[in-house]
Amino acid sequence: MIPSAVLGKLTLSAIPYHNPIIMGAVGTASLLGLLVMVWVTWMGRWGYLWREWLTSVDHKRIGVMYVILAVIMMLRGFADAIMMRTHQALAEGLSQGYLPPDHYNQVFSAHGTIMIIFVAMPFFIGLMNFVVPLQIGARDVAYPFVNSVSFWMTVASALLLMVSLAVGDFSQAGWSGYPPLSETQFSPGPGVDYWIWGLQLGGVGTLLTGINFFVTILRLRAPGMSLMKMPVFTWTILVTTVLIMLSFPVLTATLALLTLDRYLGMHFFTNDLGGNQMMFTNLFWVWGHPEVYIVILPAFGIFSEVVSTFSRKRLFGYVSMVYATVAIAVLSFGVWLHHFFTMGAGANVNAFFGIATMVIAVPTGVKVFNWLFTMYRGRIEFTTPMLWSLGFIVTFTIGGMTGVLLSVPGADFVLHNSEFLVAHFHNMLIPGALFGYFAGYTFWFPKMFGFRLDEKWGRRAFWSWLAGFYLAFMPLYALGFMGMPRRLVHYDNPIWQPYLLVALLGTFLVAYGIFCQVVQLMVSIRHRDALRDTTGDVWNSHSLEWSTTSPPPFYNFARLPRVEALDAFAHMKEQGLPHRAQAPFAPIHMPRNTGVGVAMGAITFVFGFAMVWHIWWMASASLAAMLAVVVMLANDEDVDYMVSAEEVARLEKGSAPAMAFASAAATPSDLKTQG
Amino acid sequence: MTATAHAHEHEHDATENAVFGFWLYLMTDCILFASLFATFAVLHHNTADGPTGKELFDLRYVLVETMFLLLSSFSNGLAMLSLHRQARRATVQWLLLTALLGLGFVVMEVNEFSRLVMEGNGPDRSGFLSAFFGLVGTHGAHVSIGLIWMTVMMGQLMFKGITPAVTSRLLRLSLFWHFLDVIWIGVFTVVYLMEVL
Repeated sequence: MIPSAVLGKLTLSAIPYHNPIIMGAVGTASLLGLLVMVWVTWMGRWGYLWREWLTSVDHKRIGVMYVILAVIMMLRGFADAIMMRTHQALAEGLSQGYLPPDHYNQVFSAHGTIMIIFVAMPFFIGLMNFVVPLQIGARDVAYPFVNSVSFWMTVASALLLMVSLAVGDFSQAGWSGYPPLSETQFSPGPGVDYWIWGLQLGGVGTLLTGINFFVTILRLRAPGMSLMKMPVFTWTILVTTVLIMLSFPVLTATLALLTLDRYLGMHFFTNDLGGNQMMFTNLFWVWGHPEVYIVILPAFGIFSEVVSTFSRKRLFGYVSMVYATVAIAVLSFGVWLHHFFTMGAGANVNAFFGIATMVIAVPTGVKVFNWLFTMYRGRIEFTTPMLWSLGFIVTFTIGGMTGVLLSVPGADFVLHNSEFLVAHFHNMLIPGALFGYFAGYTFWFPKMFGFRLDEKWGRRAFWSWLAGFYLAFMPLYALGFMGMPRRLVHYDNPIWQPYLLVALLGTFLVAYGIFCQVVQLMVSIRHRDALRDTTGDVWNSHSLEWSTTSPPPFYNFARLPRVEALDAFAHMKEQGLPHRAQAPFAPIHMPRNTGVGVAMGAITFVFGFAMVWHIWWMASASLAAMLAVVVMLANDEDVDYMVSAEEVARLEKGSAPAMAFASAAATPSDLKTQG
Repeated sequence: MTATAHAHEHEHDATENAVFGFWLYLMTDCILFASLFATFAVLHHNTADGPTGKELFDLRYVLVETMFLLLSSFSNGLAMLSLHRQARRATVQWLLLTALLGLGFVVMEVNEFSRLVMEGNGPDRSGFLSAFFGLVGTHGAHVSIGLIWMTVMMGQLMFKGITPAVTSRLLRLSLFWHFLDVIWIGVFTVVYLMEVL
């Protein structure tokens, strides 16, 4: 096929209209998108949506939009999971399953990429966007506009991935895209390019977010909040941003080198002419292993907040929790080789990385014991966020132990690339990261919208997820021991099939859990008046985000709080400080909303699409447009405005600032209130 | 606190935050370069029976190129001194000299690259040359972006004068420029000196 000057490699044949499964997926996704658009039009809310949400630089709104993106992408990623599980349950012996190999390969590649990059990342980034500035008593992040750009770049790359469904295909080289399979020689189509640009452009957005939140946490904390008075969630985010800043540039470089191989025929990772494939594998995991902790440390932070709140006790071992977090972060850069012990680096190298891997279990164990001791003799309330946390502690510990098992190079030689590995990392990431995000979502939902989520459906969702998880992944451990490799499109061993059927059953149970979560959201919105929280401190918690109203005003705090102790808000409640009624209101500086973030996202998408299809004029034009926007921005100094003191006073009159204290005194199961 | 004092403090904080954030970006960029240096270290023997660095590089040529960049950093420093004296004309003039020296560097690099490609020693010749073009080219791309930035800043100085926002941007540009200098010292040593000597 000779690329044309106008459309590059893009032709009508890129649309897989002969494949009913893909077309069905495209149809469903488009139909859902269309329905949303029709609904918004019908409600006449486009103006509102544009002014208040899409162009917003408010960290709270951006946070909510990130979570929505993560949830949408989770549905897509989970659809992939169901397809794989169904296929593997069928494809034994004479049956070939229902997915052709080239499609099956795309499904597992997309599943991994989506779940890590477009579910886990935006989910925790959304929660941290919403929570961190509130927890540290700030009015916004350090660079509100950059925040908006980061978000829209993430949306653009997620969109690129969705478009790969309809136009062309997706990578068949797995989510880690190892060369030489991902080189042009073996993957000539646009699939790997979609994967490259989806990761690359989203990665830039993530890097910007990392810098943004690092500066926010270090420079915008409320007066009095020293580092060791920061809430644990903020601590985990601080460490996470360091990991992002240290590791994402490596991903950027690695993907760029693969891009050069594919686009300009270079030889970084090729088989011939002096390329070195293992260099890709090394570089990829120098990013990839810290990435695991990037998605898991924020969840640890969430569990800490939740366990402490619902045990009605202070977090046990705050200082050790902080040091454990930092220790995990440092160690996470010294273990990357355990992803490929079979490379042949030699016994001593493998021993080093094996031991380093085992050592990570120590600070992680410190955390687990801290959570246990926090619960010990606490008055535990089994709310949904607490259930997610308890499910996490038990399940994650099992996953951790299989991880230590895999860290023994000898054992890894047998188990690597098997279903055992698949079971292990799902056992870490589902309870470790996802359960944490679900806990955080339920925990902070009332802060976001002013009403709680329905508990009954929340419990149903939790139990379905938990049971579904065990059913879906415990058989995979056994299958790994029985020698079943991962990513199999077909197998000839009837002994494996019953296990895969059980795993399929588990997947359906998880699907029911997701259904419960959808119902939970709808039921909660319908009954929002009954679930309304007027106190701002619905769980009687300890950190500053609960000291403002729910939902918080756009400036978060009318007066910046003054922090005197760890668990600042609990301290205020104990002291009975009427901290809001002191000084007169002062004018507040706020960043102005702008549509430039959306525009930059759109340009990013066009650029990515043009690069995937080798449409050079479009890629150059979008680069030029991006440059023009940046230069234009450098000339726009009117980026913020002042909310006058009178306006603040008027806005504050509507809310009920003192009610948090009233409710704290009225709730029987609260902290010992001395005020 | 009056509204203007408040606004003033806000501006001061904003500049400091911007510089801090930009400095962090430079550190992430440093890691990007570290990955490319590591790549070069791994691949520099993989010449695939093609030419080695010793055969390709002309140290005298690269020394001149290096001098262009180092001198541009020096003149950038003089521009910043003029900026602190609030001397707009002098700042623009020094920046212009900086940009011209930078442009000289880029032209020399492009010339070197095109010579290599013409001789059949382009980046697709061997793993070694891929790593060479990848590392040196990334640095060159950074310098080129710096040149565009510098051009915009000269325009802003002429039309806006020395405002706090312009000062803040020039501060960051200067950090960027010196950073590229530091990276180049690494490139000069690891790529050219160690290959040839």
